[in-house]
Amino acid sequence: MESTSKQFKQNTRVALDNTALQSALGKMESGFVTNRANAAARLPEFEALRDQARDIKNHTLENLDFYLETFEENVEASGGHVHWAATAEDARQIILDICQSVDAKTVTKGKSMIAEEIGLNAFLEENNIEPVETDLGEYIIQLRNETPSHIIAPAIHVVKDQVIETFQEAHTQFDPARSLEEPRELLDEARTVLRQRFFDADVGITGANFLIAETGSTVIVTNEGNGDLTQTLPKIHVVVASLEKVVPTLEDASAILRVLARSATGQEYSSYTTFSNGPRRAEDPDGPEQFHVVLLDNGRSELLGTESQEVLRCIRCGACMNHCPVYGAIGGHAYGWVYPGPIGSVLTPTLIGVEEARHLPNASTFCGRCEEVCPMRIPLPKLMRHFREKSFEEKLTPTAERTGLGIWAFVARRPALYQMATGLAMRMLGALGRRRGLFASLPMAGGWTAHRDFPAPQGRTFQQQWSARGGRRRAGE
Amino acid sequence: MSGGRDAVLGRIRKGLGRTGPVDGDQRAALDARLQKHARGIIPERTARDRGGLADLFVEMAEGVQTSVARVASPAGAPAALAEYLAQHNLGSDIRMAPDEKLNDIPWQDRPTLSITRGRSDGNDEVGVTAAFSAVAETGTLMLHSGPSSPTTLNFLPDNHVVVLRASEIVRAYEDGWDLLRAKGKMPRAVNFVTGPSRSGDIEQTLMLGAHGPRRLHIILIEDENG
Repeated sequence: MESTSKQFKQNTRVALDNTALQSALGKMESGFVTNRANAAARLPEFEALRDQARDIKNHTLENLDFYLETFEENVEASGGHVHWAATAEDARQIILDICQSVDAKTVTKGKSMIAEEIGLNAFLEENNIEPVETDLGEYIIQLRNETPSHIIAPAIHVVKDQVIETFQEAHTQFDPARSLEEPRELLDEARTVLRQRFFDADVGITGANFLIAETGSTVIVTNEGNGDLTQTLPKIHVVVASLEKVVPTLEDASAILRVLARSATGQEYSSYTTFSNGPRRAEDPDGPEQFHVVLLDNGRSELLGTESQEVLRCIRCGACMNHCPVYGAIGGHAYGWVYPGPIGSVLTPTLIGVEEARHLPNASTFCGRCEEVCPMRIPLPKLMRHFREKSFEEKLTPTAERTGLGIWAFVARRPALYQMATGLAMRMLGALGRRRGLFASLPMAGGWTAHRDFPAPQGRTFQQQWSARGGRRRAGE
Repeated sequence: MSGGRDAVLGRIRKGLGRTGPVDGDQRAALDARLQKHARGIIPERTARDRGGLADLFVEMAEGVQTSVARVASPAGAPAALAEYLAQHNLGSDIRMAPDEKLNDIPWQDRPTLSITRGRSDGNDEVGVTAAFSAVAETGTLMLHSGPSSPTTLNFLPDNHVVVLRASEIVRAYEDGWDLLRAKGKMPRAVNFVTGPSRSGDIEQTLMLGAHGPRRLHIILIEDENG
């Protein structure tokens, strides 16, 4: 997928002016956030389960090559095939070859962020294969020619009236005067249209929430059941998954599943958790004849042994974005690549480079809510700080910002100078602003005063006030 | 793409500070971990006796819009099915799994039921299957594919009716895995089903019946009471 992360600042302006988006985002607090809090409160073991989930994934990553080779061996033992894709391009080509081997015309797709990451739909279309998204949210945005703005609720930015408009344009086979006012009517219409697509598809492509080394299973978690129809009805089931999805055993997957749905939607368990093991057996009445797993690296192996290794624990629940004040204000598209929110602010510079994505780690107030709710305890603020530093070291930050930080660092390291400079500045600002108590504009602080007033200082610095109250102590005093 | 495979594994090993595959004691420890199937934390809410587990299962299942009819014996199941059909104004054509676990139920007691057996082709209003097991922790059914349990019956009919025996209810998912391992090789698909199909993709409004069944009904045979 092409990135627009470089234009993050313009993207946010567009997002803040988009009234439909703002109305859609307003519903997040009462939905996901409340539901997660309730689910966590209902399970006394929740915090301990988070620790356990983190430890399982850490153990797996430390032995990733062993578990991937074991996974491969067991997929093959159950009659499936594993394909290793070093890059997005490799993955696209492998999938195309599989589709072309049965002369596929259409493929149905369960929701997959990896398919987004490798730009699969556009590539299949270029090669005259029609991809059909079957998750309701994905289907809506595919018709609207958009990308997902949330990793588990891809159409969260779309309001109902827009869905009505989209369906009226796309589903010309139905009476134009039919009622679509109720969400139920929209869902039923999508169900009818997609049901036929499930039967017509030659290949079904799904992602995976987990890969299980012990059994060679791939696991998908859905609420709609679309992933199950996608993989059960066509001749071929292709699973596209990144390599960090592997866990050792069924018990390990079960343990992590206890925190996944609760963190994502606040459900105790999603409606459908499906473990797939190879193609249909000779005596089976249904199921695909071929089973392929495409294992995608796309830069992830480079993260092992580095500061960023911890992002590989991510299970894509979306809790970090649901709880992020920045995501809540601008939505997912402004981030400019596949993964939005705090996890995107860390993954994007990791996978496509700091130069392309240097704004994203700055899109944070460091309030820490993302880390508080991350079921895998990924230290997202710490990793964002890491990328801020990296972008400074690589001289990617603009000159004015670098010079400003340089001056501040020079002064901050010299306490006497710092106190004198801040004392002087506070006296001046205090005197200038005494009459009104605030500044509507200030030189060099336009970024602040363009949107809100700057309160006038009272004339003394914090350190002066602290000292005056007898709070000042030095070591040894 | 063996070039891809070697390159990827090589980079992983380099990142982990190794030059080749894990070996020796470390390898033995990893193999042992895979064999052991050690369990982690099992939620305390499942620490109940058998009767308590059935109650927990029903409570959790009903919490996710599954309906449950509790009957005392297999003889009660046909009436429970007929009642469900009447309640929802459904026809009497039933597509049923060719599962021997459903054979001790006297379906012939309800001659109006028109039962055929086999997979679903998408034209069935009501599918009836037998559960492999069920997890009390979250009200989750454990189903799997096989000659007598077509996966299409779990997803295509608008109404999915599952016959479950109280003796099949276990505490946690891990207990279900142990039962399945005892049967031998993994089947092609294992489906954990927790309530009917649903979507919240339009303005976060919860709606049932997205792509899978619109309704999920469980006939729970209390085979441990007698």
